[in-house]
Amino acid sequence: MNGVRTATDVALEINPVFNISIFLAFVAVTLFIVIRASRNNKTAADYYAAGRSFTGPQNGFAIAGDYLSAASFLGICGAIAINGYDGFLYSIGFLVAWLVALLLVAELMRNTGKFTMADVLSFRLTQRPVRMAAAITTLAVCFFYLLAQMAGAGGLVSLLLGIDGRVGQSIVIAVVGVLMIVYVLIGGMKGTTWVQIVKAVLLIGGAVAMTIWVLAINGFSLNTLLEAAVANSDKGDAILAPGLQYGANPWDFLSLGMALVLGTAGLPHVLMRFYTVPTAKEARRSVVWAIWLIGGFYLLTLVLGYGAGALVGADVIEAAPGGVNSAAPLLALRLGGPVLLGFISAVAFATILAVVAGLTITAAASFAHDIYANVIQKGRKDAAGNPVEADPHGEVRVARRTVIVIGILAIVGGIGAQGQNIAFLVALAFAVAASANLPTILYSLFWRRFTTRGAVWSMYGGLGSAILLIVLSPVFSGTPTSMIPGIDIAIWPLNNPGIVSIPLGFLLGWLGTVTSSRKESPQLAAEMEVRSLTGFGAEKAVDH
Amino acid sequence: MSDQAQARSDDGIDYIAVEQSPTFLRLKRTQRSFIFPLAAFFLVWYFVYVLLAAFATDFMAQRVWGDITVGLLFGLGQFVTTFGITMAYVSFANRKLDPLATEIREELEKAQGQA
Repeated sequence: MNGVRTATDVALEINPVFNISIFLAFVAVTLFIVIRASRNNKTAADYYAAGRSFTGPQNGFAIAGDYLSAASFLGICGAIAINGYDGFLYSIGFLVAWLVALLLVAELMRNTGKFTMADVLSFRLTQRPVRMAAAITTLAVCFFYLLAQMAGAGGLVSLLLGIDGRVGQSIVIAVVGVLMIVYVLIGGMKGTTWVQIVKAVLLIGGAVAMTIWVLAINGFSLNTLLEAAVANSDKGDAILAPGLQYGANPWDFLSLGMALVLGTAGLPHVLMRFYTVPTAKEARRSVVWAIWLIGGFYLLTLVLGYGAGALVGADVIEAAPGGVNSAAPLLALRLGGPVLLGFISAVAFATILAVVAGLTITAAASFAHDIYANVIQKGRKDAAGNPVEADPHGEVRVARRTVIVIGILAIVGGIGAQGQNIAFLVALAFAVAASANLPTILYSLFWRRFTTRGAVWSMYGGLGSAILLIVLSPVFSGTPTSMIPGIDIAIWPLNNPGIVSIPLGFLLGWLGTVTSSRKESPQLAAEMEVRSLTGFGAEKAVDH
Repeated sequence: MSDQAQARSDDGIDYIAVEQSPTFLRLKRTQRSFIFPLAAFFLVWYFVYVLLAAFATDFMAQRVWGDITVGLLFGLGQFVTTFGITMAYVSFANRKLDPLATEIREELEKAQGQA
């Protein structure tokens, strides 16, 4: 294969100065956009929901930018390069999950809520307990996800910039954290959205270019590519079928599959994106764009993953700093030399930055809007029992302060979690979203009799059981790769809690409802149903 | 600030009456009789696929043509059904749901203007 570098010199050609300068160019461009976009950040609707000014296609790109994390890009490419088919399985769960969002959740949520998931869940139930529970599960999901992304940033650095030491990696995590605080503080949701759009375009563009390149080398035949991958793998034919990664414990895979497909529609940072568009119809269009972009991207990762296996080789990838995650960057180096590697590295950083920014603004909005404004400030109610309007400027001020606190927590947590087994943090985020959030979302939208007790039981029960099972699982203790290898309290055999905690979340929601003697307001239930299906009251949300 | 969605029952509209109106009942029935069967279908098809991948690896490893295996075709089939359901839902919602929803919404807005 002429023009393609040999495997041995691949890992040696990393040019940190070049990679850093491409990344700095990305930061400069996005910062410029963020500052321009921030001029009208005055009200809470501006800060949390970008003034509801984005179009469906723009929001679709932003959703893709928010959703395609470093785990989906680097992780899936690497998993396919080394274990073949099992990496592909992961991406299918991530994609099919969007149908839950499209059919059951997106438009109805957009029509009934204002800024956060808790707005919808507490609409017709008792405000304070439901809002509090929804805010806590939101913060838990955001925090687990954030920690995984920040710790992942450290690992990425060692690969892309050649910074190996703990101190160097910690500095980079701090830089990512500070940049994230700056973006979210200045730009609010509008700035965050633009960062995500720019990143999605770069990521998908880079992946398309590399895919065409890989296919061109293989005569534009998927079969030829698979043959080359099989020939270059010490596992041979096994990479064409499931089993290499999850074969040892199929129940664990089933549990993971449940969490993936049911978790997405309960991820608070995904739900919050639906409030940045003016109507439910635009929310629908944004999900459709997101499905095409995300699905298309995962099809590309199939080619890139097998391409990395064929052109770079699993042994080289596993030996490189960064291990499995280095498959896509090494493939870039192999194809386009240091320039393409620099570009892909910068995209990978941009990916982390865009995802952590989205998580941070979601967590800040949830704290300021749900806990501060609606629970702490709004203990007061008027005579009819309706909440009194709080000062929206004070709420945004609290949100901005929360951003700084969350940023600092993420930096400290990310530095602390360096080198840990972080995959479980992402699995935990999805499992909590699926077991604590989704049951209450679906019951609220579709089950008339659902009560406050059902919501509170389901959310705390789902959250608690997911965390408890993770603590009792092999990812936490008992094996050499565990978080705490020294002790052994792993009495639960699966890495993912979903198979128990998700049905438990649904069961508790049902049980809490049938056992509660208190009847919820039929007027509010009717109002919620009418609003959710017609968009009455939500459509004309903005008139500046 | 005109941003609401939380006005909650103090806008003078009898939501229970709206909810019982024939147009609204038709909208609700049309929406649910489309999305529930479709949601059941894609979830069952997804879990059949996951169970096959987890427990029937030999079946999934069978070659159909060249290096293309049954598993690969099933996996790509998940992409095809996802894209297909997406397009079917959008076309259905645009044709059947949006006109009904707009009709009810405009009536409510008129009623609110008079209140």
